Amino acid sequence: MIHVEGLTKYYGEHAAIRDLSFNIEKGEVIGFLGLNGAGKSTTLKVLGGAQPHEIRKRIGFLPDVPPLYDEMTVGGYLDFVARLRGVPAASARSHVIEAEKKTSLEAMDEQPISSLSHGYRQRVGVAQALVHKPKLLILDEPTGGLDPVQIVEMRNLIRQLKGEHTVLVSSHILSEISQVCDRLLVIQGGEIVAQGTEDELAKKLGGGGAVELDVRGSAQAALDALQKVEGVTGGQLLRLEGELASLRVDASPELRPALVKALVAANIDVLRVDKAHGRLENIFMKLTGGKAS
Amino acid sequence: MSTVLLIARRELAAYMRTMSGYVIIAVMLFVDGLCFNAFAMAGTAKKSSEVLGDFFFYSSGFTMLCALFLSMRLLAEERQTGTLQLLYSSPVRDWQIVAGKYLSALGFLAIFLFCTLYMPLLVMAYGKVSFGHLLAGYFGLLLVGSLSLAVGTFGSALTRSQVIAAVLTGVMLLVLTVCWLLARVTDRPLTEAITGLAWYIHFKPFEQGLVHLRHVAYFVLVTWACLFAATRVLEARRWR
Repeated sequence: MIHVEGLTKYYGEHAAIRDLSFNIEKGEVIGFLGLNGAGKSTTLKVLGGAQPHEIRKRIGFLPDVPPLYDEMTVGGYLDFVARLRGVPAASARSHVIEAEKKTSLEAMDEQPISSLSHGYRQRVGVAQALVHKPKLLILDEPTGGLDPVQIVEMRNLIRQLKGEHTVLVSSHILSEISQVCDRLLVIQGGEIVAQGTEDELAKKLGGGGAVELDVRGSAQAALDALQKVEGVTGGQLLRLEGELASLRVDASPELRPALVKALVAANIDVLRVDKAHGRLENIFMKLTGGKAS
Repeated sequence: MSTVLLIARRELAAYMRTMSGYVIIAVMLFVDGLCFNAFAMAGTAKKSSEVLGDFFFYSSGFTMLCALFLSMRLLAEERQTGTLQLLYSSPVRDWQIVAGKYLSALGFLAIFLFCTLYMPLLVMAYGKVSFGHLLAGYFGLLLVGSLSLAVGTFGSALTRSQVIAAVLTGVMLLVLTVCWLLARVTDRPLTEAITGLAWYIHFKPFEQGLVHLRHVAYFVLVTWACLFAATRVLEARRWR
């Protein structure tokens, strides 16, 4: 559906993005990841704003700052945007109602945009991007500045949009969008440094993931028992408090049952088994050259 | 065309819904009225047509000022608040953005001109004024306003700050106002060209109730040139 090849953009001498190439299939939800200043917004701006005239009808774009006219009402604004993007005047209203329903803005129809909170403004921003039912939705940091509840709502919203639209969504926080994305593109210094699903990215970086365990008994015995399980590439002791030990094992989370069995066989009590926290962040940090947490 | 009207309608509604437009009109009307009272009406034994001519003289200046203040926000504000991205990402041509914005400001300026009507009506009530004179004068004012708004639209396209837009526009209008002074110190072929650029020379006949096609052409041409320039600026900035 989208084929980007050799996209480069200079701001003066400085190249914000360099020779960027990627493909997006129809109906996919793509996560665009990178730290601030990596070139995400620049890329999306080019994709969203600098298209030939005929293509723009089929694109819905939410820039990093929602482009809202403060003095308009939510309904009036969405109506304006719908007609600006080629929806006939007669059916504009029904488009607006549908967009408001999708973004839970029905109650705000008559409200002036200037009176809305940040979360609602962001929602109006998403609503304007999808009011004309575009094939491609480009959302630049839709979760920026939202509180945790609103982030979950935004995620659910993006999940709903899947199927109906092809979605390109950017964020600098991996965990916020990785759950809704089919594929991730990681951008760093204006170049794509990795792409693929979350698991593919993890594999590519050597680590098949990690598992954390709390056990009671000898920590050394537990580690020894775990190391013998096939697929485990390493392990370490994180904390030791009396009888309780926290361990971290480098192994795919799918190995969790085997790990528990091995511990039970070694007569060690298992108190907790979990996917290692911060796994996503670690992948991301490694890719973007930041310091792992 | 419908896109142009859509943008113009939204923009006009924005003028109506915010205070700034009304404030600009109110202040300009007040000062225009003061000048009318102090200068046009002053003195004894004036003909009504002279009073009306003076009225058009003062009003042309205030129309210009009013246009400057009305136009400074047109594109600069869009750039400032990021709403220009909305227009850029929509299937709208750059000239449609410029035309829509410009027309809305022209519409709002027409409200200002309409509100000044009470002054010539007063002259009419107490003296004898030809209807043609009135019509020609107002046509001239509209042309001055249209030129100033176009210059303002261009100034507003150049920057994201409304203040800088107003200053740029002010300087450009000032140049168009005083360039006949420059013409006096230049040599022959240049003299005519530079004199011809000054807007007041083209407005003066309207004051007296005369409409010449060549003067109308001047205003239309400068208006068109400025709007064209504004369009090119928008086009160039799309990629930034």
